[in-house]
Amino acid sequence: MSDHAFYLWGAYGVTFLLLLLEIVFLLKRKRETKA
Amino acid sequence: MLDAAFCVVRRDLLLAWRRRSDVATALLFFVIVASLFPLGVGAEPNLLRSIAPGVIWVAALLSSMLSLARLFAADYADGTLEQMLLGASPLGVIAGAKAAAHWIVSGLPLALIAPLIALQYDLPSALYGVLALSLLLGTPVLSMIGAIGAALTLGLRGGGILLSLLVLPLYVPVLILGAGSVDMAAAGMGGEGQLLLLAALLVSSCAFAPWAISAALRISME
Amino acid sequence: MNWFWYASPQTFDPLAGRMAPWFAAAAAALCAAGLYVGFFVAPTDAQQGEVYRIIFIHVPAAWLSMFIYVVMSCWAALGLAFNTRLSGMMASALAPTGALFTAIALWTGSLWGRPTWGTYWVWDARLTSELFLLFLYLGFIALQAAIDEPRRADRAGALLAIVGVVNIPIIHYSVVWWNTLHQGASVSMTRAPTMAAQMLAGMLLMALAFWMYSIAVTLVRVRCIIRERQG
Repeated sequence: MSDHAFYLWGAYGVTFLLLLLEIVFLLKRKRETKA
Repeated sequence: MLDAAFCVVRRDLLLAWRRRSDVATALLFFVIVASLFPLGVGAEPNLLRSIAPGVIWVAALLSSMLSLARLFAADYADGTLEQMLLGASPLGVIAGAKAAAHWIVSGLPLALIAPLIALQYDLPSALYGVLALSLLLGTPVLSMIGAIGAALTLGLRGGGILLSLLVLPLYVPVLILGAGSVDMAAAGMGGEGQLLLLAALLVSSCAFAPWAISAALRISME
Repeated sequence: MNWFWYASPQTFDPLAGRMAPWFAAAAAALCAAGLYVGFFVAPTDAQQGEVYRIIFIHVPAAWLSMFIYVVMSCWAALGLAFNTRLSGMMASALAPTGALFTAIALWTGSLWGRPTWGTYWVWDARLTSELFLLFLYLGFIALQAAIDEPRRADRAGALLAIVGVVNIPIIHYSVVWWNTLHQGASVSMTRAPTMAAQMLAGMLLMALAFWMYSIAVTLVRVRCIIRERQG
């Protein structure tokens, strides 16, 4: 099953990366509109 | 009310007749696209026979969509559309009539020349009737739904491509049912179910789309 | 209670600012709980082993992608009916998050398919419907991006969202029918393992977490939109 670790990590990893990117871009936008 | 509808249809047909080449190029596009697929996938007859309904339908979709951008553009440019909005006739009637004229000019010819394309793909001649009927039922739906997209993207930059992006997902049921009816008939199971569903889509789009088209026109024209 | 008190962007802005952190905290807590249940409480599946644990984000993401579209079109309808500016802004604020969850559902579904069914993509009914849902989201975002004038953008997007939400069941059922016609021998790849209660609990917790996350992100985004339109 260890070869399936790639799929698990790939799925969870990309998901949380995308969510993190959304938060980062949103906070950047928030900073720019407050200015 | 019907007077207004006939008047608009007659006018649009007259304008299309004066620009026959525009209409002809859309049909030519249909034929060319359908001719490209064998070059891409190989000319093996069994393969072509199996992809024929799908290819013809996708080509019809794209061809119908290409002429949508022109649906309101000319009237928008010279102010006629504004007069239609302000006029006494219900905008939904006018919008529906314009979509109907679009179908007569771009969808109906497709349904008529589709058997020729089917001949190129070696589709059994028994299926020509189902193919033509599915296109006859489906292309008006494409005109109606496409007119909503055309009204929403009126005057926007990137209009044609944006229109395609908006309208193609909405075309999916028509494509599935249309191509599916011919596939079912080819498999010997009869395509009546899909044709009936297409007819249902036709009736409901004719009932509801004019309202959506006129709402979209008002949004775009303010 | 005056339902329209908070319909003004000016009064809603501070309220959104106060609410957002709570939803963010709830999202974090629920996510922690969901992942704990998903990885330490739910048992290993007999057929798929550990890789089935992808469902703890795949299914909640798919649920949210559809839920957000419906909510988006509700805001759109409200905006068209009552001509309130804030409703249109809420719809615009929801769209990117909805599109993101659709993309996540597609990505995780693809990665789940590879080890279980041997292929990264199948034209499975639900994945195909999800793909077209993504196109509907992107069309909405593209249309609003193409219109410079904000009120026209709101209303045009609203109409498109409503037309889309009416079409989603039609698209879904036609794709399901198409899929059964062309299915052949393969089974639907999104068939989840038979649900142990802990698995369901994990999925529900993650769904709630994503929901709280969406609300938090949407509230922050709508505040940005309010401020961008003021200046």
